[in-house]
Amino acid sequence: MSVPTSWFLVLSFALFSIGLLGVLVRKNVLIVLMSIELMLNAANLSFVSFSSRLKDIGGISAVFFVLVVAAAEVVVGLAIVVSIYRKRLGSSIDDLKELQG
Amino acid sequence: MFGATIVDSIVFSVACVFALIGALGVISFKNPVHSALGLVLCLFSIAVLFIEQGADFLAAVQIIVYAGAIVVLFLFVIMLLGVDKEESVKDETLKFQLPLAILAVAVLIGLFIAVGIGYWVSGANSLTGNFKPGVPGILELARAIFTTYLVPFEATAALLVIAVVGAVMLVKREGMAKRQSEEITVGEQN
Repeated sequence: MSVPTSWFLVLSFALFSIGLLGVLVRKNVLIVLMSIELMLNAANLSFVSFSSRLKDIGGISAVFFVLVVAAAEVVVGLAIVVSIYRKRLGSSIDDLKELQG
Repeated sequence: MFGATIVDSIVFSVACVFALIGALGVISFKNPVHSALGLVLCLFSIAVLFIEQGADFLAAVQIIVYAGAIVVLFLFVIMLLGVDKEESVKDETLKFQLPLAILAVAVLIGLFIAVGIGYWVSGANSLTGNFKPGVPGILELARAIFTTYLVPFEATAALLVIAVVGAVMLVKREGMAKRQSEEITVGEQN
């Protein structure tokens, strides 16, 4: 008998909340991206929990695709950060207000 | 603990504590390099939890892709840009950002608690796509990805190519434009 699925879901929820707090509070773009990764991982954890609880391979397949999409997202996100930084706008979220036309 | 074996409970508790420490580190360290290291700790603990639930292959992929590639990419960009200067949460340009963020997260926590009180996880096993008992999930995963989810799998291949080409274009065009403008200014000075 392993640990109940509910505990994994509670942990997943806690990680998601921490990630959301990071996205809302922090101003460094890189740390906001890391917080998004945290939220994705929290979702992955609950996918795997349900998959192992319900003995269904669908959840694990979903996590596989989430991993690929997360990798693509990070690559493009960091390219945008580098591109913005080269325009001397800095790496803070508030510097992006230059985007408003 | 709750009918679980002692080993399972210990593994879960330790991984849980380290995942939370890592996650809190990500959002509370002032230096982005330290945040990236906190992210590694959190991702590694989640990989342990994956193994705990029998998803061995995913745990390996988690460590290789996340800790091995994504976090290294983060660290590389941090070092490249030299943005490891410290920032404070205090100096806010958006009014009441911190209180509003805490309020939003508190509302979310309340929602989850309400749902959790109402519906504690239970339910029957699914009838299709079962794990075979005793067989690691990798065979089942391969079968599912290359049969049921073949089209999404091919789509991810296209997505990765697009992401890589897009990243190169985003960064390279800026670099060339800057270099050309620098050459122009240098030429004008001469």
